[in-house]
Amino acid sequence: MSKHHVSTVINGDPVEFLCETQQTLLNVLRDDLHMTGTKEGCGTGDCGACSVMVDGRLVCSCLVLGVEANGKSIQTIEGMADGQQLHVLQRKFLEHAALQCGICTPGFLIAARALLERNPDPTEEQVRFWLAGNLCRCTGYNKIIEAVLAAAREMRGA
Amino acid sequence: MLTQTQHTPKEMKVVGTSPVRPDGVQKVTGIAQYGADYSLPGMLWSQILRSPHAHANIRSINTAKALALPGVKCVIVGADLPEQPFDYVGPERVAVNYWHMTRNILAREKVLYEGHAVAAVAATTRAIAEQAIKLIEVDYEILPHVIDVDEAMAPDAPLLYADMKTRGVEPAATKPSNVSKRFEFRVGDLEAGFASADEVVEMHFKTAPVHQGYIEPHACLARYGADGQAELWSSSQGHFVVRAYTAKLLGIPLSNLLVHPAEIGGGFGGKTVVYVEPIALELSRRTGHPVKLMMSREDVFKATGPTSGSSMTVKIGVKKDGTIVAADGLFKFQAGAFPGSPVMNATMCCFAPYIIENTRAVGLDVVSNRPKSAAYRAPGSPISAFAVESVLDVLASKIGMDPLKLRLKNAVKAGSPTSWGPKHSHDGYAETIQALLDHPEYNKPLGKNQGRGVASGFWFNGGGESTASVHINEDGTVVIATGSMDVGGSRASMALMAAETLGVPYESVRSTVADTASIGYNHVTGGSRVTFATGMVVVEACNKIIDELRLRAALMWDVDVTGVVWEDGYARPLDSSVGDFEPLSLKAIAAKRAVTGGPIGVESSINAGGNAPGFSTQFCDIEVDPDTGKVTILRFVAAQDVGRAIHPKYVEGQIEGGVVQGIGWALNEEYIYDKNGRLSNAGFLDYRIPVASDLPMIEAVIVEVPNPIHPFGVKGVGEANIVPPMAAMANAIYMATGCRLTELPMSPPKVLAAIDAKHGG
Amino acid sequence: MELDKNDQGCEMSEIRFETPQTVEAASALLAGSQGLAKILSGGTDLLIQMRSGMSKPEMVIDVKGINEMTSVKIENGGYRFGAAVPCMHLVENKAFAKTWPGVIDGCNWVGSVQVRGRASVGGNVCNASPAADTVPAMIAAGAIASVVGPKGRRDIPVEQIAAGPGKTTLEKGELVTSFYLPERAPRSGDAYIRFTPRSEMDIAVVGCGINLTLDEHGICTHARVSLGAVAERALVVPEAAAALIGTPVDEAALTKLAAAASAAARPIDDKRGTKAFRIKVAGVLARRTAIVALNRAKGIN
Repeated sequence: MSKHHVSTVINGDPVEFLCETQQTLLNVLRDDLHMTGTKEGCGTGDCGACSVMVDGRLVCSCLVLGVEANGKSIQTIEGMADGQQLHVLQRKFLEHAALQCGICTPGFLIAARALLERNPDPTEEQVRFWLAGNLCRCTGYNKIIEAVLAAAREMRGA
Repeated sequence: MLTQTQHTPKEMKVVGTSPVRPDGVQKVTGIAQYGADYSLPGMLWSQILRSPHAHANIRSINTAKALALPGVKCVIVGADLPEQPFDYVGPERVAVNYWHMTRNILAREKVLYEGHAVAAVAATTRAIAEQAIKLIEVDYEILPHVIDVDEAMAPDAPLLYADMKTRGVEPAATKPSNVSKRFEFRVGDLEAGFASADEVVEMHFKTAPVHQGYIEPHACLARYGADGQAELWSSSQGHFVVRAYTAKLLGIPLSNLLVHPAEIGGGFGGKTVVYVEPIALELSRRTGHPVKLMMSREDVFKATGPTSGSSMTVKIGVKKDGTIVAADGLFKFQAGAFPGSPVMNATMCCFAPYIIENTRAVGLDVVSNRPKSAAYRAPGSPISAFAVESVLDVLASKIGMDPLKLRLKNAVKAGSPTSWGPKHSHDGYAETIQALLDHPEYNKPLGKNQGRGVASGFWFNGGGESTASVHINEDGTVVIATGSMDVGGSRASMALMAAETLGVPYESVRSTVADTASIGYNHVTGGSRVTFATGMVVVEACNKIIDELRLRAALMWDVDVTGVVWEDGYARPLDSSVGDFEPLSLKAIAAKRAVTGGPIGVESSINAGGNAPGFSTQFCDIEVDPDTGKVTILRFVAAQDVGRAIHPKYVEGQIEGGVVQGIGWALNEEYIYDKNGRLSNAGFLDYRIPVASDLPMIEAVIVEVPNPIHPFGVKGVGEANIVPPMAAMANAIYMATGCRLTELPMSPPKVLAAIDAKHGG
Repeated sequence: MELDKNDQGCEMSEIRFETPQTVEAASALLAGSQGLAKILSGGTDLLIQMRSGMSKPEMVIDVKGINEMTSVKIENGGYRFGAAVPCMHLVENKAFAKTWPGVIDGCNWVGSVQVRGRASVGGNVCNASPAADTVPAMIAAGAIASVVGPKGRRDIPVEQIAAGPGKTTLEKGELVTSFYLPERAPRSGDAYIRFTPRSEMDIAVVGCGINLTLDEHGICTHARVSLGAVAERALVVPEAAAALIGTPVDEAALTKLAAAASAAARPIDDKRGTKAFRIKVAGVLARRTAIVALNRAKGIN
């Protein structure tokens, strides 16, 4: 069986891989590239645990084919910190206890960063609606929302 | 967030703060490894073939074509696992039967639910494994099925087990049925009690089964070596229990199995049992390669234990002054395909918050063709509380009494009786009620189509077996290890308690969860027991270390150990008569360890008793859209007595999370079956758990009535908070609409139908 | 005796993946395929169907490299946008969103932000779910679909694409390439409201799209009403529109509108809603949608 040869950029680094048509980007990231920070919660785009950025657009990687990554730029949780410098959102999630089991956390961080890049001063309601595609079963969302709003404040220098 | 303390604590330095957890950076950077994140060289991928039928005899299974597919290394079926004796073992509330358990792992004579595992393959790639299971040919003889608990009890219901006769009945049952067991708890004189009541209300309730809804599907990696030594990397709520169950199911000595605790992506009780581990390990045994097995989300819904659906009747009588004089409850719970619903818990918990002289609670454990139920956060108690707390609300209204005050009037305290024997050993319930009565929003007026509802709940909380080890590193920092899986930040809480006990900064304590070969036995992370029991043994171990440190200091000073005290992280002379010595830090003592006796470490084990129950009282304000039946939550305030909040932010998080699970349970979550007994909503699209935009901020009110048995007063927090929300919401919907809903979930079509019926529409 | 054989075929079939650069090339691939060929735009329906086995294509045709299918532009005073433009892209297009807020309402309800980052109106229309969120507002707006096939190009009103659940009226080899929305008359407003049990993420239990135009006296001169999730495909409800036309969209008109909407609904019972519930809520939503459209037509937010 012949596979597709895909050339892409992941977290700023050039990456090449082979994949079959039906393999999702999520499968490729986790199974072939061993980037297990992106999680599979449902495989059908209903939980957001697999959220990544593709060419600056927030998507579920379980709903993107691996072959579609060709020529595109992907950002995953593994690239969110700048070396040893955590992103503000990562810091705020820790300070505000916005994670309990942590399985949904990578997806939330990617999604929240995408929000704050577009809207640096969201209301609580805007944060809740933007993050509605990320399911959390542990926290009831309280501290996640608080962490995102706190990160937004710090990023604005407010 | 309000904090009330019963006693004034001595000034604590670190307990009661909310520092960052030790596994935090790993989790926010995606480095933390959960069950599905492990790999080993030469690893095989496994898939499970599941029954498409709700109830069927298995005539034959032909695996030849699957085995012939290139890349497939092994196929197993139920008969490939050793048979288990038919016997209920362990304490009654949590009894297990390995004959059932092995059949849930892989079916044998019949399949008992759609999704029941029938065979499993191991292959070189994920895709080949998926292809291989499609080649397995199973000859089924389809049987009629039954799912609803009332239907399963009907005289002509299809029987899941031809020889199941109800246990717990006098005289003994002669005819087979789907009722596996009857429980009864009874005190006083029910008839006399009801006769003395001024108001009596009897109502019937039904609840749909709901799933714990953890975002991480079950997953593990298994390796069985040629030397008979095996390893598992598994995300579970108890790796010792995983070791015990898996070893038993495979017929291997448990000492040959080492279970590594992977990080866990949510459990809520549902991961205190095994599904994938025995299969993956057996495949690894037969192939000689590591085997990875992950469930899909569909498999999780179809084949892992949700909690029971129920059918309940509750009758309560009160006097005009609010005294509850009699209470009678019948609770019929769906166990799923194998016996073991949490109905016994339900019968014990339902009236437990109240002093009632005359009570009877009867529970029936009923099997039906759906996945075997598993524990879900205070298992059983939320279900019976939905009924009891709704009836209490109706009674409060009938006698014109504030529903919180009705509860306060009858509230148990230390010394109050329980229906199952022992007396309540702790105060705390009344304090949660008072916290809401004092809450500034409780009497805030509401608008049109809005309503406020209250409810309370009880959960036993658990003690049990835990082990901790404490070591002092060469540089004076501290390492603590326990065997308690960390679901919500307990590594941090353990470190806080250790740091407080030793008198050192939180940052100097490393807190880990050790594997089954590296620490003594720990029971599951569940039952709200870890901060209580494992915390207790961590403190005990730290106290032993302190004794050892005093001994080392005494040797270094050449004085008697009775002249050495430990204070604020230093060994100090008791007084000037001992000598003029500079205090010795952990670092200083560790530096001299070689000449004072060697490495400084200790391990301690307990079977913790003295656990105190959890009480939670909650109120919610909601608004109903009268034209669509949609319920919007305006406010949710949940008070819970936690004894002492070691890490207040994590304690709040538990309360907030449990309440939101209760909200989903109340409004939208349910299993929807088609007429063939197949699950129509096996995914997060149509199994509707709350999303962020459905909710306001949940307000957690931490009440602290310390438990004197625990060194820091801990009572445990995980579970009691999920017990009240459904009744609180039903009570609020009644206030908003005048409609009393008695079925869960209270989804928009049901609410609208009730509103329309009331208005003759 | 039931011998359960699961799926046929023991061969690992390779799925062909194509990235045509023109609509004609895409059409030719569709027309020429022996087995099932599926268009991949956002993939938010297709990948789920492939995963579940509901769809077993032998060829997947990624159309996102075709300029016509991914662009948004003004044409004769109206808008033409490609069938593969992601919903989020339209939501973020300020000028488009200002002109057609009802169409944007529909786009904004598809799945989650993540799903909207990929899902397209073309995919939503052609997947032909009766509950598709983008469809009622597009129908109300009078959107025209441009279709390219072996016989060339044709235009059809968007309400004629869906034939029934999961089925379109397109012939083999045809694909929808773009949608055209005509120039907006002054004092026009459109809206889409749907009912779901949760606030987000659900499939619509009932959906309503209304587009209306007022004259300078505030009287409705034009209206189109479309209902989703209450029939095998989204409905155009002329009687509901008639209830608004010639009226100031007052209480009396809204009551008639609601009744007409409920009367037109012919839903089923399914896991997302009952017949009775959908019929009732169709009327409730029609009223609420009309009020939003009216306010937008008046320039009130």
